[in-house]
Amino acid sequence: MQETVQETMQDSIAFDAADSVGIVTPQRYHFDEPLTLRSGKTLSAYDLMVETYGELNDNRSNAVLICHALSGDHHAAGFHSNEDRKPGWWDSAIGPGKAIDTNKFFVVALNNLGGCAGSTGPTSIDPDSGKPYGPDFPVVTVRDWVKSQHRLMLKLGIDKWAAVVGGSLGGMQVQRWAISYPDCLANAVCIASAPKLSAQNIAFNEVARYSITSDPNFHAGRYLEHGTYPKQGLMLARMVGHITYLSDSAMRAKFGNAGSQLENTTRGNLGRDLRSGNLSFGLNVDFEVESYLHYQGERFSANFDANSYLLMTKALDYFDPSVDYGGDLAKAFEGGDCKFFLVSFSTDWRFPPERSRELVETLLKAGREVTYLEVEADQGHDAFLMPIPRYINALRGFLNHAFEEITRDAS
Amino acid sequence: MRPDQEIIQHWIEPNSRVLDLGCGDGSLLAHLTATKNVKGIGLEIDDDKIQSCVERGINVIDQDLDDGLGNFQPDSFDTVLLAQTLQALSHPDRLIDEMLSIGKRGIVTFPNFGNWKSRLYLSSKGRMPVSKFMPHSWYNTPNIHFCTVRDFDALCAEKNIRVLERTVVDLKHEGSWSMRLLPNLLGEIAIYHIARG
Repeated sequence: MQETVQETMQDSIAFDAADSVGIVTPQRYHFDEPLTLRSGKTLSAYDLMVETYGELNDNRSNAVLICHALSGDHHAAGFHSNEDRKPGWWDSAIGPGKAIDTNKFFVVALNNLGGCAGSTGPTSIDPDSGKPYGPDFPVVTVRDWVKSQHRLMLKLGIDKWAAVVGGSLGGMQVQRWAISYPDCLANAVCIASAPKLSAQNIAFNEVARYSITSDPNFHAGRYLEHGTYPKQGLMLARMVGHITYLSDSAMRAKFGNAGSQLENTTRGNLGRDLRSGNLSFGLNVDFEVESYLHYQGERFSANFDANSYLLMTKALDYFDPSVDYGGDLAKAFEGGDCKFFLVSFSTDWRFPPERSRELVETLLKAGREVTYLEVEADQGHDAFLMPIPRYINALRGFLNHAFEEITRDAS
Repeated sequence: MRPDQEIIQHWIEPNSRVLDLGCGDGSLLAHLTATKNVKGIGLEIDDDKIQSCVERGINVIDQDLDDGLGNFQPDSFDTVLLAQTLQALSHPDRLIDEMLSIGKRGIVTFPNFGNWKSRLYLSSKGRMPVSKFMPHSWYNTPNIHFCTVRDFDALCAEKNIRVLERTVVDLKHEGSWSMRLLPNLLGEIAIYHIARG
């Protein structure tokens, strides 16, 4: 759910800007201890790709973990080279003096297991067969990811995160941290998330999965062995997903800037900008929005592994920490003393404000400390990646106060 | 600190759980946290005030009091505060019921419309009172439910609410023997400490 409508904004960001973390180099961490997954299966060994920004302080208390959403990875901020055109997916929030201030915090971002950006996943070689895992890569859940993140934390020599931060599927990992490792985080920042998916959410994911698995090039998930990949299916999955991440108003604004070409009304053209100025009276791409979806789908399908996409959507669908507590999520949150900071966005219809309010109510019932903001924003679910002033200022205010507490506790 | 806040802080027990309805910039909760180690949460709808709360580390929930307090559990607070906000609510009576459901005690403060200045203004000018304390005109005021000390006493009696303490002060938060004698006539701010009957 990232790297979406923010390209134009980020084009102006340079690697040498004062508030950029600059050039960063990902690191690969290898883990030999077998990881038993929620499904009962085991990964005997695995790698995690990690980027870090800022410096870990002497008492190792200023570390912040960033959990990525559906299509994110470890490259959250900065650039990989001078030629890199685009920074990491959350560069708007991470950097010197930014909301997640790398002058204060040691920021850790990783690619989750099952991903396709370098951590062990379906495109990795299965040591048992010598071939890519493909469809044999075990289904990983949010709980499994957090377990692997906890091992990474220990490997980095950190006992407790100053904050665990994530939006959307990332926010689910934040919730899981607070439940599974309540003593290992001081603050939980959960943005545009939900305590579990609704039927509508699962339905969208199933459309995405079906479009991938029904592509003739899918080959039951063994497309790499056939030297191909389900491009059409991935494109369609991404196009549907993309529509759900934007709001109606965001699309009107994005595709209606050229002014009305079909209807000359004062209310604007509802985002119906034409691509060429004329209707084709055929099945060609007539409107800008169509062309945009095709472009996004093409670009995504060339860069993201289909099996990874299937796994990520399953992790979303399966997330429901209340299952271990007889359906009472408040019980799940009863342990621990981390503070929660939640934000939702008014036009987000994927994870709407009601879902965050549900979480707030649950946390209050569990007697937890909660701060919650409902931010007016036109950008739909994608708003969580945007530098919307009210949201970003509150995030900065919350984390800066968290930093003051950490430094005060240490002195 | 506002005059009413100065007085109500003495009614808050150390280490207790406090919910501040319309908590503003969080200064009262910050003060209570620092001096009495309370576990506090505030509700607020103003963006800038919420930002102030966040910056000073006060837990704040972006929530309109007119939507009720249904997201809080019964008996989850020792004290629920409603300071200078009663008169701006759509259903002040319902909110007081909810306050005393989720909290053991309630503290309510409001401008006393029965004060002699308001009475004099209305009777001499024949127009709705406007003052430094109540600066809005009738058409643009957020204060839609003004009441007097006697009105609030009547509401408490009707709802079987116990008034643990009642005090009235002037705008400099000073009380006097005359105000204690004639609270509805002389008090400018009414401060009630209430509980379920």
